[in-house]
Amino acid sequence: MTRIVEIRKGILEKNDLLATGLRARFDEAGVAVSNWVSSPGTGKTALLEALLTAAVERGTRVAALVGDCATDNDAQRLARSGAPVRQIVTESMCHLESDMISEHLEGWHLSELDLLIIENVGNLVCPTAYDLGEGTRVALLSVTEGEDKPAKYPQLFHSADLVVITKTDIGAAVEWDRDAAMRAIRSVNPVAPIIETSARTGAGVIELLDLLLLRSVAATHTHQLQEAP
Amino acid sequence: MHELSVAHAVVSTVIDALPSPDTRVTQVRLRIGMLSGIVPQALEFAYDVAAQGTPLADAALVIERSPIVISCPTCGSQELADAQNFTCPECSQPCGDVISGKEMEIVDITLDDAVVAAR
Repeated sequence: MTRIVEIRKGILEKNDLLATGLRARFDEAGVAVSNWVSSPGTGKTALLEALLTAAVERGTRVAALVGDCATDNDAQRLARSGAPVRQIVTESMCHLESDMISEHLEGWHLSELDLLIIENVGNLVCPTAYDLGEGTRVALLSVTEGEDKPAKYPQLFHSADLVVITKTDIGAAVEWDRDAAMRAIRSVNPVAPIIETSARTGAGVIELLDLLLLRSVAATHTHQLQEAP
Repeated sequence: MHELSVAHAVVSTVIDALPSPDTRVTQVRLRIGMLSGIVPQALEFAYDVAAQGTPLADAALVIERSPIVISCPTCGSQELADAQNFTCPECSQPCGDVISGKEMEIVDITLDDAVVAAR
């Protein structure tokens, strides 16, 4: 005889519970946390390098965790900014999960940080499903990728609290259609702020830094509202 | 391709829910939202791999897709045809407030009690 047993459990419940715990730790420590997601080659690391350097220069206490399938090249590159940086090597896993975050935070005093940036593995699909406890999810899109990318990967762009356009300095050379891109973003995400940046010229970097510090607070507030009974 | 991670999570969650470790599972029913980013075929393939050598080895995987439902401030709950356009199908107002469609849930499992009884 067979019988049906009701389960009614989220498949990623373990990750979600851990992420909720991380979010509470971040809130208590007063650190704004953002999770950067994009395809490989969007220029997350170059933008992060410019952002960390600008943050360190003005005395914002910032640290970064960077995820890649292999090598610590990005961590070495970012450490030049003077900010504490740790590499998370996922060994071919296509996304970061919250247990990797808590593991790699060991020894860091979160209350001594203003801003923590998590650079996810370059991938537009898989990281979307995994909450890392961040206050702000950032989706990045470079001008070389095609204006319709948000329409092709709606799950990520819909879930973003903030959308960042990168490499705007070469927009003209690659015939970047800014209006088409804005329409594509807005069709899947009517509300998230959009910031246009260039790691090379520094355009938008300070604006992004300010927003990450602010937005995390705002987004954290929204999370709390959503979780309230 | 995070479907393999998801499949492993399905298998371990079901095993944790079994009344005894050698209970035989004949079916696992999932509810996967259209906005979850999961490709059902890829999940089915990954599940076959993840279930091997476990009490789920012979369990059929049933995936139910749930639609994207938004909450329009004017028209209330509205179902979207796809994830391409977050505007209300009634009044065309842009709306990103999603009520459902992101879920990835194990709904229920079917157990073969004959096997438990034979122990």
